[in-house]
Amino acid sequence: MSTAFTPVSHKMSARDVSVAYGDNQAVKNVSIDIDMDKVTAFIGPSGCGKSTFLRTLNRMNDTIPSARVTGEILLDGENIYSADMDVVQLRARVGMVFQKPNPFPKSIFENVAYGPRIHGLATSRADLEAIVERSLKRAGLWEEVKDRLSDSGTALSGGQQQRLCIARAIAVDPEVILMDEPASALDPIATAKIEELIHELRGRYAIVIVTHNMQQAARVSQRTAFFHLGQLVEYGETDNIFTAPRQERTKDYITGRYG
Amino acid sequence: MNGFALCFVILGLGLIGWLTARARALRFDRGGRKRLHSLPAQHGWYAAAWTVLPPLLFLAVWSAISPGMVRQTILRNPAAAQLSDFAFERDSVLAQARAVAENPYAGDVDPLARRLAPLVGATRSRYAWIGTLVAALLAFAAGAYAITRIRPDFRARSQVERTLMMTLLVASLIAILTTLGIFVSLFWESLRFFGHVPITDFLFGTHWSPQVIDAKDPGASLGAVPLFWGTFFIGAVIAMLVAIPFGLMSAVYLTQYASPTTRRWMKPTLEMLAGVPTVVYGYFAALTVAPAMRQFAVLLGDPYASSESALAAGLVMGVMIIPFVSSMADDSLAAVPTAMRDGSLAMGATTSETISKVLVPAALPGVVAGVLLAVSRAIGETMIVVMAASGAATITLNPLESATTVTKQIVDLLTGEAEFDSPKTLAAFALGLTLFVITLLLNIVALRVVKKYREAYE
Repeated sequence: MSTAFTPVSHKMSARDVSVAYGDNQAVKNVSIDIDMDKVTAFIGPSGCGKSTFLRTLNRMNDTIPSARVTGEILLDGENIYSADMDVVQLRARVGMVFQKPNPFPKSIFENVAYGPRIHGLATSRADLEAIVERSLKRAGLWEEVKDRLSDSGTALSGGQQQRLCIARAIAVDPEVILMDEPASALDPIATAKIEELIHELRGRYAIVIVTHNMQQAARVSQRTAFFHLGQLVEYGETDNIFTAPRQERTKDYITGRYG
Repeated sequence: MNGFALCFVILGLGLIGWLTARARALRFDRGGRKRLHSLPAQHGWYAAAWTVLPPLLFLAVWSAISPGMVRQTILRNPAAAQLSDFAFERDSVLAQARAVAENPYAGDVDPLARRLAPLVGATRSRYAWIGTLVAALLAFAAGAYAITRIRPDFRARSQVERTLMMTLLVASLIAILTTLGIFVSLFWESLRFFGHVPITDFLFGTHWSPQVIDAKDPGASLGAVPLFWGTFFIGAVIAMLVAIPFGLMSAVYLTQYASPTTRRWMKPTLEMLAGVPTVVYGYFAALTVAPAMRQFAVLLGDPYASSESALAAGLVMGVMIIPFVSSMADDSLAAVPTAMRDGSLAMGATTSETISKVLVPAALPGVVAGVLLAVSRAIGETMIVVMAASGAATITLNPLESATTVTKQIVDLLTGEAEFDSPKTLAAFALGLTLFVITLLLNIVALRVVKKYREAYE
């Protein structure tokens, strides 16, 4: 099913997307629109296909040989699964933050500078330093690390590592940021910081966040999509989903009947 | 009685001990006054261990010390007075006498050996009987002791556990003790060598010609620097120039690009290279690669090029080492978490950018350790250089010239007519010791690097 929202040209639109791992159909005929300046949350029980679907949005499923994606996903009206789509370019425009913080075993500076370097975004050292500083500031990490940029990124705390990964993702100036349960490996204080950060980032990017935590979805998102057994059951304004779900299954899930 | 039969008898006694102890324990059990602490079979094993282990231990020690005692006894005998004072000759005659004692029809022996044969035979069999008798007594005494200890509350179970633990400990110590033993014997012989030749002459001298040794100053022609250089040049430079890039690239291909099907047949095939006997590589180096290298040198304008070039040996050695580097690099690349790879790919990096900027740097310590182990193997490699490298000890940077290695020289020094206390022969032990120490250090460093690296990801 699909739900149309007021802006006619969406940032991303999925049409009839299915994903199969071998014989196992993980995502079934999902159609959904993602818009700029909004946080879209994907919720649903474990194994419902929400993370798999998220990974189709920047073609990270390509790294799994057995995964097969059908249907089409448009980014600014262009099908990202068409033959002439440059995956490298796509992933620079649609960034991703993973469940477990995965900083590279390099310095904090090099972690953030990684993307700008490989995409040639900086013309000089000063330029690169400016990008790194701006990204770390946006990720709310600058004050904590500005005096030790040459320390290893892996030496930071878990929450700091995750914010470093967010800084790394925004350093290449993406349009969409995908977050796959970004706070599930963190303690409550670090989680609160990440959620705060998502609020601040909302104005610049289209953000899609997968979470198994319904309170988190309610706190950070404007729109919520409920997935179950590979299907998109319901998609709408977050307030409506949590206060007046239209589908029985959604209601059962958010009231804690299963999951 | 020969050793094999004796061991059999001892094992038989062990079985008897097992049965007796078990029966005794069962009697306590049936008595019903008190529950046995351990199962009857555990009492059996306890008694069997006591019956078997002490005599076996004694026999091990006895077989080590009795030859010396046999020889002392023979030498004290007046009949042995005619034996030469010179240890090497004396031992040779005694060995022949022993052969005659075992087989009276052995031909071509020293007449003195034939005369001594009965004495040698008698002495040997006397000591063998002493050993057998003591072993049997020990088996009976220890077995009986164990059986008398059986009581309902005797903790045979924990005793058996402890014995097993000790047995396993001894098994693992054997390899370590062997290494130590090798080191001590090398060290001892090397000390004798350094009694003849100053250590500085050996370690820093640049002239190596063991065939012509000036008796007054043996150190002048036993300077090992050309050998160290040749070993380093062939094993650590030329071989590694082949092994590191090819090993690393094949590991990258196998872990990052190859489909599971390709990997399934390619990895075992590559590892098969490691199983090829080095003597086969030696043939290949000497018969195929070396002539080709010679032709290459002739093409380059050196009509007198040697067919025993450092390049031929080094290249083939490099190929031999590829699987080592590749499989170590493969392991350490595979140990880099997939999250790293995904993180980089999700930034829009290509696979090759991900490999060169994230995966290889992350796997580098493991790769370095693999290379160090490969170097230590390459410099200890013998067969290829014996067959393909020359014996000419030169210090050269030209890979088409001939060079020699430590291992090749050890073989040359120890084969053919060898006197075991001349500086020439003893030099082989000093060379061996040097090689041993260097490879040991390389291994220690490599293991430390690997350990540190493992901690980083766990």
